[in-house]
Amino acid sequence: MAMIKVHGHHLSTATRLVLCCLEEKQVDYELAFVDLSAGDHKQPQYLALNPFGVVPSIQDGDLTLFESRAVIKYLATKYRGQGTELLGNNVSEQALVDQWCEVEGQSFNPPASTILFQTFVVPIKGGRTDEAVVKMNVEKVVKVLDIYEERLSKSKYLAGDFFSLADLQHLPCTEYLINGCGKGDVISSRKHVKAWWKDISSRPVEESH
Amino acid sequence: MATIKVLGYSGSITTRTVLCCLKEKRVDYELVVVDPAAGDHLQPRYLALNPFGLVPTIQDGDLTLFESRGILKYLAKKYKGQGTELYGNSLSEEALVEQWCEVEGQSYNSPALTILSQIVFVPKKGGTTDEAVVELNVEKVGKLLDIYEERLSKSKYLAGDFFSLADLQHLATTHYLVTICGKGDLISSRKHVKAWWKDISSRPTWKKVTEKAP
Repeated sequence: MAMIKVHGHHLSTATRLVLCCLEEKQVDYELAFVDLSAGDHKQPQYLALNPFGVVPSIQDGDLTLFESRAVIKYLATKYRGQGTELLGNNVSEQALVDQWCEVEGQSFNPPASTILFQTFVVPIKGGRTDEAVVKMNVEKVVKVLDIYEERLSKSKYLAGDFFSLADLQHLPCTEYLINGCGKGDVISSRKHVKAWWKDISSRPVEESH
Repeated sequence: MATIKVLGYSGSITTRTVLCCLKEKRVDYELVVVDPAAGDHLQPRYLALNPFGLVPTIQDGDLTLFESRGILKYLAKKYKGQGTELYGNSLSEEALVEQWCEVEGQSYNSPALTILSQIVFVPKKGGTTDEAVVELNVEKVGKLLDIYEERLSKSKYLAGDFFSLADLQHLATTHYLVTICGKGDLISSRKHVKAWWKDISSRPTWKKVTEKAP
């Protein structure tokens, strides 16, 4: 069977999410490097795979897919029964996985990725980090994490007492928030969020990156 | 079997999306009004169901769920084989549905809602529409729709030649863009997007949703 090909960049949070999922599901893959600084992602060859010109995209036989959150759902569904179960064990558990995946995508990611953008991308392009924008978005992240704190005081992981896509989706961005943006206190100041983060970021798959 | 309870209000984009899905799947439901104008969404009783204080939330027996896009996925899976098939007919088709659902949720939704907010909500709260912000976001939506135009020139619906959750997710927001925001030209100036919009917005289920509160 042909290996899954991931077109992406090893530093991109969305690419890392997909690679992490492939590792959890014990699926062989090949990473084809898309050089963002050289503008590869805007070249016709890449746009033919993903007309939105963002990374990653995957090729699995005839199927080409983009949007990392959709890619990981596909992998988790296709490889059910292999590697880590990431969708829960019944329709209700899967519904809670989807719910907390949406929370990540709609409420956590926008402010968190804005902080990353201001910290990493703006200076690379010759600009200056806007601290007011960072502050405003840290406040938004904190409001979301207060709700997670309450949730995780009753449940080991976000969707229930089982690790799932919902937890996985938080890994790449949160790692950068702590290790590149110096915002670790938003995690460490919340007892249950801290314990949850320690748990999910120590998974063997995560430590190998 | 107990009817599904939907807590929300009829004018809400996200509530309408869920109601449309319930109708497509021919599932009985009861709408319990949660009125944000009255601050219902911030009452402890509602926050106990949805700590984010947003609408809608559904209750299906013991299961309480929020996030409209998550609810749609749950309904489409639970009621597979009943009403309209909304997830395609194979693993690959389902993957394409999820992909285009993400495009809506990650790229289309935000600029569209910003336009709606500036044109409708800001004046309602006593402010003035920021035309520069509207223009910037109209451009963003336009660029996205150029990609949709290309896609829909090859495929009747977003995920393939079958109506799915991905198309359904666009209904409520686009309806407001075209009606109360007056940005219908974004749709009508693109041949395939226009045909797609005409098709999906004429679905009887969608017409029923907008009937009572256009």
